[in-house]
Amino acid sequence: MAQGVWAIAEQREGEFRKITYEIVSEGRRLADKLGQQLTAVVLGSGIKDKAAELAQYGADKVIVADHSALEPYTADAYVSVLGQLAQAETPEIIVMGASTQGKDLAPRLAARLDVAMAQDCTQFDIEDGKLVAVRPIFTGKAYAKVTFENSVPNIVTARPNVMPINEPDSGKTAETVDAQFSLDEAELKSKVAEVIKDESGRIDLTEADKIVSGGRGMKNAENFKVLEELADVIGAAVGASRAAVDAGWRPQTDQVGQTGKIVSPNLYIACGISGAIQHLAGMGTSKIIVAINKDPEAPIFQKSDYGIVDDLFNVVPALTQEVKKFTEK
Amino acid sequence: MGLFVLKIGEKWLFGVRLGLSSKHLDKDKLRWYLHRQSKNPNKKEGTVNIIACVKQVPDTETQIRIASDGKSIVTDGIKWVINPYDEFGVEEALRTKEKFGGQVTVIGLGPKRVTEALRTALAMGADKAVQISDDALEGSDALAVAKALAAVIKDMEYDIIFTGQRGIDDDMGMVNIALAELLGIPHISFAIKLEISDDQKSVKVHRPIEGQTVVLEAPLPALITCQKGLNEPRYASLPGIMKAKKKPLDTKTLADLGLDASQVGEAASKIKVMQLTPPPERKAGKIIEGETPEQKAAELARLLHEEAKVI
Repeated sequence: MAQGVWAIAEQREGEFRKITYEIVSEGRRLADKLGQQLTAVVLGSGIKDKAAELAQYGADKVIVADHSALEPYTADAYVSVLGQLAQAETPEIIVMGASTQGKDLAPRLAARLDVAMAQDCTQFDIEDGKLVAVRPIFTGKAYAKVTFENSVPNIVTARPNVMPINEPDSGKTAETVDAQFSLDEAELKSKVAEVIKDESGRIDLTEADKIVSGGRGMKNAENFKVLEELADVIGAAVGASRAAVDAGWRPQTDQVGQTGKIVSPNLYIACGISGAIQHLAGMGTSKIIVAINKDPEAPIFQKSDYGIVDDLFNVVPALTQEVKKFTEK
Repeated sequence: MGLFVLKIGEKWLFGVRLGLSSKHLDKDKLRWYLHRQSKNPNKKEGTVNIIACVKQVPDTETQIRIASDGKSIVTDGIKWVINPYDEFGVEEALRTKEKFGGQVTVIGLGPKRVTEALRTALAMGADKAVQISDDALEGSDALAVAKALAAVIKDMEYDIIFTGQRGIDDDMGMVNIALAELLGIPHISFAIKLEISDDQKSVKVHRPIEGQTVVLEAPLPALITCQKGLNEPRYASLPGIMKAKKKPLDTKTLADLGLDASQVGEAASKIKVMQLTPPPERKAGKIIEGETPEQKAAELARLLHEEAKVI
């Protein structure tokens, strides 16, 4: 019988991504509710020493799959290894991050194991001994509570920045075991040809703790400089509404909303964004929302914790100066 | 004008040159042509068979209302459109055809109304459409939908399949990638740039991930999921719409696919919706008052630091 919770760690060049700590922490909570073991599964190359760290966040056991073909990530290699491990060890629940990696990996793994999956969940619980997940649908215009039937393992991905990270406990250790698998590199079809690093040094919107975002009210590309200055001071990423992206002021990768990125930061500062339904859908799970807009009727104010009705070009530079008082302490 | 003889590889090519100087003869192109012919004798030279999968979803402007059963949405008055991400797929399919020649087949699954989405794709320029439609499919989960699509596609000739990166209705992003798995072909997701090799044997795709872009290469056939930024989808032209009415649209039932009703539909679904709820209510918060923008900014900074504790 299937038993145990697995958290699939995500690492890049030997460093765990923040989402790894989020899903290991959440996996711990689910394992406790079920009275089962939490296993962290780490795939990569030369990562064995690093893997033990996950015990501090709640893993009872760490399975390490170490192979040169597992760095960098490709769906082919990861699905092959995880498919073999899941078939051999039969976990009841597999949790991954709803990162670009998890969104690429989870559906293919689910299809290989002939099970369903629940993507981009914001809440998990155990009801009557069964996993229940809540996931936003229609980009957050509704929330669906879902459960699995005849579908073990239950594969779920967790939205980044939503699951709280456990306080690391350096006294904890976990049993670390080498994964048993075979990987025929000739069978791997998709290959990484090149990696182009983003030199801006800014954190990706989906992982950002804070976001400063601009819309139509920014008027042109150059004006985003005022948002970048604020973002630099508070350590935020810079986002944009669809209007700003379609106008060519910002790259596509910056778009927040139904046809852009879905973000969930602690702080979202919307500048010159009216708050169209598609935009609100993409940032509605942000913890604190601030709106700065000249138009007092802008719908964004209905969703904001704090609002300033004024010209953003006067407010934002002043705000940048004001927050320095706190950040420079 | 004159006669010429060229030796390319092992083959001799004879031809008549019409008023062109020899510099107009592109030897590389000829060599490539002969290579293609030798590798794929049955395939029309240089062409690509392309499939684009299309889902019909509520327009992005739609206000979602939950039905009285608490598990579905009210569909009255919804304007149905092609999933915006699938439009990027249809556009890329058309551009691929324009570059290499070939045929674009669009495939959709769902009730009668899905015909409209397929006709739109045909009006954009696709050559033919297949609609999978069967009452027994109602309530199918993503895996079952992928199985139905795979059942149609496995018997078709194809080099590349385009889909959206996710449907903007259920936001699951599973059907596309599961389809690739069921067909036993590689997939590359979130494509923002794509290049098929000149010999049409492989594809190179730019896939943005957190903080970097990964360029992946896969042999064809492959399935590509499309992200905004890949292209700018065209609108259907009026002549296009007229032509679309005459283009072939095949309808397939479960029986045609060799699938049993027990494998699909709500009863076979491995994931169940227990309840739909509106998003958690966000109350409009404080509007910060002040005489000047500077005063308002100072008060906001104080609140973010002391009250919200985010700065």
